[in-house]
Amino acid sequence: MQINVKDAASGAIFILIAAWFAFETQELQVGTPLRMGPGFFPLLLAGVLALLGAIILVKGVLKGKRSEMTGVPWRGGFLILLAPIVFGFVVRGFAPLSIPPLGLVPAVALAILISSFASRRTTVFMAVTMTVLLTIFCLAVFQKLLGLPIPPFAGPLEWLNPYVDAAFAPFGAAWAALKSVFGG
Amino acid sequence: MDFLTTFTELGHNLGLGFSTAALPVNLAFCFIGVLLGTLIGVLPGIGPTATIAMLLPITFNFEPATSLIMLAGIYYGAQYGGSTTAILINLPGESSSAVTAIDGYQMAKQGRAGPALATAALGSFFAGTVATILIALFAPPLTDLALKFGPAEYFSLMMLGLVASVALASGSVLKALAMVVLGLLLGLIGSDVNTGAQRYTLGFLELADGLNFVAVAVGVFGIAEILRNLEDESDREVMVKKVTNLWPSKEDFRQMIAPVLRGTALGSVLGILPGGGAILSSFAAYTVEKKISKTPERFGKGAIEGVAAPESANNAGAQTSFIPMLTLGIPANPVMALMIGAMIIQGIQPGPNVATEKPELFWGVIASMWIGNLMLVLLNLPLIGLWVRLLTVPYTVLFPAIIAFCAIGVYSVNSNSFDLYAVSAFGFLGYLLVKLECEPAPLLLGFVLGPMLEENLRRAMTISRGDWTVFFTKPLSLTLLLMAAAVLAIVFLPSVRKKREEVFVEEG
Repeated sequence: MQINVKDAASGAIFILIAAWFAFETQELQVGTPLRMGPGFFPLLLAGVLALLGAIILVKGVLKGKRSEMTGVPWRGGFLILLAPIVFGFVVRGFAPLSIPPLGLVPAVALAILISSFASRRTTVFMAVTMTVLLTIFCLAVFQKLLGLPIPPFAGPLEWLNPYVDAAFAPFGAAWAALKSVFGG
Repeated sequence: MDFLTTFTELGHNLGLGFSTAALPVNLAFCFIGVLLGTLIGVLPGIGPTATIAMLLPITFNFEPATSLIMLAGIYYGAQYGGSTTAILINLPGESSSAVTAIDGYQMAKQGRAGPALATAALGSFFAGTVATILIALFAPPLTDLALKFGPAEYFSLMMLGLVASVALASGSVLKALAMVVLGLLLGLIGSDVNTGAQRYTLGFLELADGLNFVAVAVGVFGIAEILRNLEDESDREVMVKKVTNLWPSKEDFRQMIAPVLRGTALGSVLGILPGGGAILSSFAAYTVEKKISKTPERFGKGAIEGVAAPESANNAGAQTSFIPMLTLGIPANPVMALMIGAMIIQGIQPGPNVATEKPELFWGVIASMWIGNLMLVLLNLPLIGLWVRLLTVPYTVLFPAIIAFCAIGVYSVNSNSFDLYAVSAFGFLGYLLVKLECEPAPLLLGFVLGPMLEENLRRAMTISRGDWTVFFTKPLSLTLLLMAAAVLAIVFLPSVRKKREEVFVEEG
């Protein structure tokens, strides 16, 4: 007998998730169809999900076809998933690790640096070049051009902000002129 | 007489639309949208869903019409760009261009890359024009109908939409159903609207308003896609000879007229269906052309019909999928779910009221599609050399940029770091599920519709005093539910199931 691992595993995952939702519903009022409490609809859905999961699991075990699994990029995957988290830590600060908020530039730079090593082809030189260029690009487009309210530098690095403003001052005038053309 | 009033009304509405779309700021962002769309369409490995999800937070600062015009441009622009990659390097830039690669690449190998590209662009333009008119014609009556909907009808309509999205997803129907239900559950996380009770928040204050839609979309579509691309880092073969002689011959024109017409018709119909849109349309159109051709053996060897039909169909489908979104507030595919997200961010309640309360937005978006299509033809054909050069950008450079944009985009929605952790979590979940052959698209639809579905269910039950039969005694609601049941029954029929698997095998 062959087991379709993909089906069996996805069925099991669906059942687990459904069980978690059902378990958490305990604290919520279920109510009646006329007066549905906050737990009514989720509990119903969790039941359906568990049922579907069970059918998928059973079908995968009973009449599974073997399915090919392609390789998983472990190192790359880890780095890619790490990058947004590091961005979050750095941009806002993360007290449990005593990371102070450092602002947009360090956050973007670190996210790019970390994720660029996800590819096995990236050399240190490439990664650094990319980090510098892309960080400048992001700063120019998102912070300066689109005016996102994230300071370039924050906390202990705040003293760097005037230099950023000075560097972008000539472009600011050109942008203002362009903006007035489009009436935005 | 009746016809005449409809016609003058249409003229009036389109007039309003074009005057909105032709505002300099809207023209500028329409252009940016189609330019970006072409760009990401050309580049394999990044699709319109991820791009729109990334840019969604940025549009916060725009006028609502401007924001939707740009986002829409990205979607249909990507259909144009995708064909370029398909034809020139036999790799779908977008999944909706996968079938175009079959004959388009063969044409390119025979030195007819120019005519193939021109066919794709002209077919798309024609289809886009027709689809724009169709939207303008069908949106008002559908809106009128939708205004008569009560909670029971809305509930049934959403059920139909969800079921249809399952039927049209590739892979196992059961898994797609489970993904919808999972999406619905995830959509319910946060405060309950009626009682204020905290649901499934695990004590995180950041979850009180629910999971951030942008974070879920970016994680499941953007990050998961990057992880998948990292599995195989082999070289992309870029063998692009100089594209010469762009214009198709008279013979080519004669051969492509009928397929373009058929592709447009098919795409327009399939685009409206929930779960439909560009991908399904192009596959169906190719299959039909091959079936009715007198010389089916030419397909796969550079038949111009094999480029003309699917390219017209995917553009028509991409555009008509706006109809249910604009009139009913129901997304037909993940991109439309994002559009609904964009409206909600702007403080607009999606649904039939949009057309009456914000006519300039409604008609402006529709009119901008035609303008955008015109821009795309002008952008694509003369600038083809530039797009070709883009293909030489290695993925190694591309994905750190995508990560950076995703992170900034998601963070800027609420300025909290929690959303970024959610991106990683959903990136992981999305990748895991894709590895297990579960389609992510139904999950996102469920996520968007979850709260609306619950709200309408509750209201319907309150009105009917707790009587479940209300869904079956109202004729409109019953019809919708019967349609949903029929769709499910058909999908589970053994013969249809086999056929369905065949169709989607080609896709992979």
